[in-house]
Amino acid sequence: MKYVDEYRSRSRAKKLSAQIKKIMPPREIKFMEVCGTHTQGFYRFGIDKLLPGGLKLISGPGCPVCVSTGGYIDRAIKLAGYKDTIIATFGDMLRVPGGKLDLERQRQAGRRIEVVYSPLDALGLARKNPAKKVIFLAVGFETTAPLIASSIISAKKEKLKNMFFLASLKRIAPAMRYLLKDKRQNIEGFLCPGHVSSITGTRPYEFIPRQYRIACCVAGFEPVDILEGLYFLLRQVVKNRPIVDNQYIRAVNRCGNTYALKLMQQVFCISSADWRGLGKIPESGFRIKKEFRDFDAEKIFSLRQQASGSRQQASCKCSDVLKGLLSPDKCNLFKKACTPEHPVGPCMISAEGACNVYYKYKK
Amino acid sequence: MCLAIPMKVKSIHGAFAAAEAGGLLREINIQMLPGVRIGDYCLVHAGFAIQKIDPERARQTLSLINEIR
Repeated sequence: MKYVDEYRSRSRAKKLSAQIKKIMPPREIKFMEVCGTHTQGFYRFGIDKLLPGGLKLISGPGCPVCVSTGGYIDRAIKLAGYKDTIIATFGDMLRVPGGKLDLERQRQAGRRIEVVYSPLDALGLARKNPAKKVIFLAVGFETTAPLIASSIISAKKEKLKNMFFLASLKRIAPAMRYLLKDKRQNIEGFLCPGHVSSITGTRPYEFIPRQYRIACCVAGFEPVDILEGLYFLLRQVVKNRPIVDNQYIRAVNRCGNTYALKLMQQVFCISSADWRGLGKIPESGFRIKKEFRDFDAEKIFSLRQQASGSRQQASCKCSDVLKGLLSPDKCNLFKKACTPEHPVGPCMISAEGACNVYYKYKK
Repeated sequence: MCLAIPMKVKSIHGAFAAAEAGGLLREINIQMLPGVRIGDYCLVHAGFAIQKIDPERARQTLSLINEIR
């Protein structure tokens, strides 16, 4: 496939690996990959084996499924319990634990919960089932948010009376700011998410080198992309000149996709948001604007915002994993009480969760 | 979750296009890429084209790496 194969070239990967080893200083350096898709790529392609021993990659909070709160899942479960509703959701959400239950078990119990590939499929369900209320679980970061905005606008244009969105949309840069405020954090660079940045541009990260003197590089997701991104980060650290670098120039610019950003502005306002494991973070979420309240499941079904209590065990260390303070294999439950078949915390459930990735790929 | 794959635009009809990757044809929404043309590659996430792939800048990335000795 064009724009995939050439970035999976073994010889290019080896060259970059050699280059990284050449400039690596003789000490430990920690970078955080913010995005779960990077975490997955990093281990799936065996990139960890191409890096010098002292260069450590730490997984961040960049998996929207993992950071969805138990309270959000509980609201979705409540909606699924109504007689005339169909819940439409991305598949990863099914097994995320709520307070007591998860959506998968609700589905097995006969609730109508449909896995869809796109929010457009949810609109299709609403058209096909006029007697039912279709509720799409709108979960995601800035990559997904404009699609949701576009779908809400479409629903309004079409005057779909039975289409609703339960939004849990999040913004990455405010979460990075939150992580940087934790004094225990000792990362020297962020590998910034390529697809979020294709929408937002590189601008939202500019405060990081400026205020915190920490290196940033936006990178794509193929092995050559990830390695080059790490090389760019390391180069900044060695020169002690932190900036926002951009490895993914074929899809990312400084200002992002202005059409997508306009759609988001039209439909959402910025609000604080609850992150599982991290808590409430100011300005880190999107709320559906009043003009579109007819499509906001939160308003229409008058769901009470409950505390994000979940049945997560006290011994589950997902919150430290999400902050990058603990490696998944250092959690006492890892591979014992907590496996992909029987996950305890959200980082084991999502295919992009750090624990799930470690379980599958890391020896 | 933020997965997006490069697809080639084959035909355009209004806000939608037929796009191809690895022999698979799929209808995608191109509302966010108003300038997109037949033959262009774009990143597709959950049924929407989210960004055009710039062929010149893609070449730049590769030639930079090829220059490393």
